[in-house]
Amino acid sequence: MNADRAKPTRVGDLALARSGDKGNHANIGVIARDAAAYERLLRDLTIERVLEYFAPLGVVDGVRFEVPLVEGLNFLLFDALGGGASRSLRIDTQGKLLGTALMEMEL
Amino acid sequence: MTIRIGNGAGFWGDNLDAPRRLVESSRLDYLTLEYLAELTLSILARLREKDPTAGYAHDFLPVLKSLVPALKSQPQLKIVTNAGGMNPASCAMAAAAILREAGLGDTVIGVVSGDDLLPRMAELQAAGCPLENLDDGRPLAELKQPIVSANAYLGAQPIAEALAHGARIVITGRVADASLTVGPAVHEFRWSWDEWNKLAGASVAGHLIECGAQATGGYFSDWQPLDLTHVGYPIAELESDGSSTITKPEGSGGAVTRDTVRLQLLYEIGNPRCYLTPDVNCDFTTVRVVEAGPDRVRVEHATGAAASSLYKVSLAYRDGFMADGRLLVYGADCAAKARECARIIWAKLRQAGYEYDRSHVELLGAGAGLPGLHAAPPAGLREVVLRLAVHDARREAVERFTREFAPLATSGPAGLAGYTQARGEVRPVFAYWPTLVPAELLRPSVDVSRAEELR
Repeated sequence: MNADRAKPTRVGDLALARSGDKGNHANIGVIARDAAAYERLLRDLTIERVLEYFAPLGVVDGVRFEVPLVEGLNFLLFDALGGGASRSLRIDTQGKLLGTALMEMEL
Repeated sequence: MTIRIGNGAGFWGDNLDAPRRLVESSRLDYLTLEYLAELTLSILARLREKDPTAGYAHDFLPVLKSLVPALKSQPQLKIVTNAGGMNPASCAMAAAAILREAGLGDTVIGVVSGDDLLPRMAELQAAGCPLENLDDGRPLAELKQPIVSANAYLGAQPIAEALAHGARIVITGRVADASLTVGPAVHEFRWSWDEWNKLAGASVAGHLIECGAQATGGYFSDWQPLDLTHVGYPIAELESDGSSTITKPEGSGGAVTRDTVRLQLLYEIGNPRCYLTPDVNCDFTTVRVVEAGPDRVRVEHATGAAASSLYKVSLAYRDGFMADGRLLVYGADCAAKARECARIIWAKLRQAGYEYDRSHVELLGAGAGLPGLHAAPPAGLREVVLRLAVHDARREAVERFTREFAPLATSGPAGLAGYTQARGEVRPVFAYWPTLVPAELLRPSVDVSRAEELR
């Protein structure tokens, strides 16, 4: 497992993601491509790393839920949509891009 | 016994041909059509203000017209939809006219209402219901702005009741999306309303298909091998034990795989252990997702517990006005030029005496789809779309903002295009106030009549 530390891995190499809105919160559902990838994501794709990655969007708080039977993680990012889907001034009012952006994050 | 429930619409604005294609290419017992996103009802409420016979998802009418041949040739086919929006009764009247004209006047239509709480705001507060904002705890009494809409998410019970009274088409206002599937399941399988695991299973199936093609390869990251032009919409084959098989019409595009289903399972949810509907409190963490053949995925072992005695209410209030405007900026210096255009626009507005409550600048194409995530525009950038947006309590201030793009056509730097489409429309903002109401204060109602009687 040392090789994967030397070479940066994109989240997208290990998982698929899809995001959407829940009021002014965003959710990003992440599913691992296989069991080994899920172990890696459990270890490395922490809520702290995800919050740090999305900090430029003003995201400061969130929570990670584990759904092991489907090798899934659900990230709920609080107040991530610039005022909520209806008030957001961004082109991405509903946080639809967050999943794709997370897949581009390097671990 | 298996019942086949297909979903042909995931939101208001979804593909108009999808429902017809779905019923033509696959034998369904039920077609569900889901039209109401979180804030769709506030838009529909405004339409109803202007015209008391409006306020429903009128996309349903051309869709229903397109379904007439299938309704004639497939006697088993029933339709359950939340197209009624803010005005299920008017939606049913318009649907009835289409059915009569098609010679289907004997079709029984069920109308589910009682979700609209706008006329009952004072009464509910007087009954000791503070309608606190779930996000910040403020009681509704503190809200100063006018309320546009307030709708409880009803459950599957009134839908099942309409079906039990012989309805072939059930038109509802706001119901929980999953309940569009749970209603038919309870009606067909004669479940009782405390068989929590079965209700959870049907809710999971409903959740998986409610966003249309998102379960079948739509909005999927590994999109390259998929034929999305002909994407098939999802079908849940429900079993009497609450398990289901998710599939799509044979020969259609897209894919149903363990991945497409797992991804949709986690779509727009909070805590996966408590996916709450008015029917059941579902635990998604017990669900197993197993491939069962080409484009067939089994979904099993959902578990559930008693539903909450509080119903979710989605309330929207007026919150000023918004507009955006865009310009295409071309050239090797496009990013710098776009920023200068933005600076000029804000400066001109300040000169005219306008400052805005909130404003926003995006350089689309330069990584601003997610502002701040990419530090600098990529090298070699040749063009960028400048997008500005404002939000303010004053309509005329927002109106004035929309006028500041066109003048740059002759007074700004060279290399701009698109100013004829730059001027965005001023639209009212509806802000969201999620809250709860005790179930016993709700009065869901079911009206069942034949199309020929609905005049």
